Amino acid sequence: MSQNQTENTTQPESLVQIRGLYKKFNISGDFLDQLKFKGGKIVREQEHVHAINGVSLDVHKGEALCVVGESGCGKSTVARTVMGLLTPSGGTISYRGERIDHLDDKALLPYRKKMQMIFQNPYASLNPRMTIGQTLEEPVRLHNPDWNAQQVRDKVHEVMFSVGIDPSWADRFAHEFSGGQRQRISIARALAVDPEFIVADEPISALDVSIQAQVLNLLMDAQEKRNLTYLFITHDLAVVEHFGTRVAVMYLGSLCELAPTKTLFATPRHPYTKALLSAIPRLQDDRPEPIKLTGEVPTPVNLPSGCVFHGRCPYVTDRCKQEIPKLITTSEGGQVACHAVEEGRI
Amino acid sequence: MTTQSQNKLPEPTPSAWQRFKDSNIGHSFIRDRVAQISFTIFLGYVIMALFAPLIAPFDPYDPNQIDIMNSELPPSWDAENGDEQFWLGTDAQGRDLWSTILYGTRISLTIGICAVLLQATIGIIIGLIAGYRGGRVDSLLMRFADVQLSFSTMMVAIIVLAIFQASFGTELYQELAMTMLILVIGIAEWPQYARTIRASVLAEKKKEYIDAARVMGLGPIRIMFRHILPNTLSPILVISTVQVANAIISEASLSFLGLGMPVSQPSLGSLISSGFEYIFSGAWWITVIPGVILVVLVLVMNMLGDWLRDVLNPKLYKG
Repeated sequence: MSQNQTENTTQPESLVQIRGLYKKFNISGDFLDQLKFKGGKIVREQEHVHAINGVSLDVHKGEALCVVGESGCGKSTVARTVMGLLTPSGGTISYRGERIDHLDDKALLPYRKKMQMIFQNPYASLNPRMTIGQTLEEPVRLHNPDWNAQQVRDKVHEVMFSVGIDPSWADRFAHEFSGGQRQRISIARALAVDPEFIVADEPISALDVSIQAQVLNLLMDAQEKRNLTYLFITHDLAVVEHFGTRVAVMYLGSLCELAPTKTLFATPRHPYTKALLSAIPRLQDDRPEPIKLTGEVPTPVNLPSGCVFHGRCPYVTDRCKQEIPKLITTSEGGQVACHAVEEGRI
Repeated sequence: MTTQSQNKLPEPTPSAWQRFKDSNIGHSFIRDRVAQISFTIFLGYVIMALFAPLIAPFDPYDPNQIDIMNSELPPSWDAENGDEQFWLGTDAQGRDLWSTILYGTRISLTIGICAVLLQATIGIIIGLIAGYRGGRVDSLLMRFADVQLSFSTMMVAIIVLAIFQASFGTELYQELAMTMLILVIGIAEWPQYARTIRASVLAEKKKEYIDAARVMGLGPIRIMFRHILPNTLSPILVISTVQVANAIISEASLSFLGLGMPVSQPSLGSLISSGFEYIFSGAWWITVIPGVILVVLVLVMNMLGDWLRDVLNPKLYKG
């Protein structure tokens, strides 16, 4: 498995660097909606959803970095920001040391060939008015403008074949395929430009369980054959255990814990990771009771002060309520953002 | 790597006619008598317009074929005064009414279709930009559309055409009448398209295939025209049929008011208008026959538009 390769190397080469990433969305509507009448005065009020709050991540070359977390924790936003679909509100994103956030479309084009994305919903990610041949030819033509028609066709046949779609079906439309086949086609589209880094935003969560395994194996095959690096967004912990080299756990737009997969599953450090992992259903009699967290995830519009998890954490102290914890390296080789771990309380 | 789903080969590609018959729109067309009749009549109009010079027994534009002595002859079924030569009678200038109607239909349809093409071009471009760019550009363009919509088409057309006629003289106006009508009707009605397209673009651009196209590195123009536009064609098709009918009505109204096609090159509207003075002297056919032709044309187009809207609207889809 490719997992061991990167674990053994001492200084893994970092492909994508995310440093102090912030993203907030304005939800207060247009200018007239923002005006409020308060205490006899008209004031302008703006509200934001704080989707990502200071996330720093390194994606190492050749690894599959899984980002997990519950709905609304900002994992998809991280993926879309890395791909340049969203502009970050703060922080930087670098690819092989070059800053790529805030680049315009033209300057991003060479990076588009290196970085591709696979989307969540196979029913929405293919243009219904284009045949899959056209869908696959488009990126090849765009990124290889000097290729002739035969070369383009050969490339399309090659990627279709490699994802297990018969190349003779190229003149069919997306609606003629099943969900699993469509997801293969969108994987083929991402592979068509020979990228080295692929962001996969919950690529299997919309598929049947039986198809999930096939698509996952296809992704792992492609990683081996084409030397790919993945940033894999998911909420399925079983997939993470099977697929990930390292795992990043997110909660409410912040990174809680980042550790190699085996370490994380064996010895989770952050209280949230512990609760998350204990919630995996397992066929074991002697397993401990799942940790039941109290309360609900706070709204990302008004973020809690200090550690975002402090309202639900069983080890909360006054420091947690005031100070935002920084990522610290643990003895097991992972990183965790928790005051209790830093102070040695857990 | 093989999958179960792959082993199932889809059936061979059916022929174009078979695909039309199996499609939702074809299925509905075969069931819907009103749509069939409307479409047949509309096709008849199109053939009349296209082959007018071949069908028409006389050339109404050729002064040599017009004899003023033949003016105001009733249709041929009027045994007393009717003339075998002119089966729908003649107008006040002695032109064969049937030939004039054929040529008039041609002019009306041309103006209607060209004006709608112009509307569609302006409206689609503005709607795509407003919907795709969003933000300030969207607000600005849509306020323009609101301003344009707050003036009625007829009012704008009457003012523009009257000013043009007054400042450049009737002679030049008559030469340019067709172009002017197309321009005025085309420009006055673009917000209809812009609004419809913008609404569809807003729905489409949230879908992941647009994100996929952006991730691929495609430029905004290519995304707008290659990816979004083909997916917004159904509403365009629906409003186009209704808008052609509207444009024909606008042209007829303007011609009736004396601001449209000149008498020497009459459209259906100016034909109705020219006959209007003679209606009380008993020459009813000069107004009534082109009137019926016009009403049927507009009715048929509206029915086709209604039918298309019902078929293409998934919310009204009935098994």
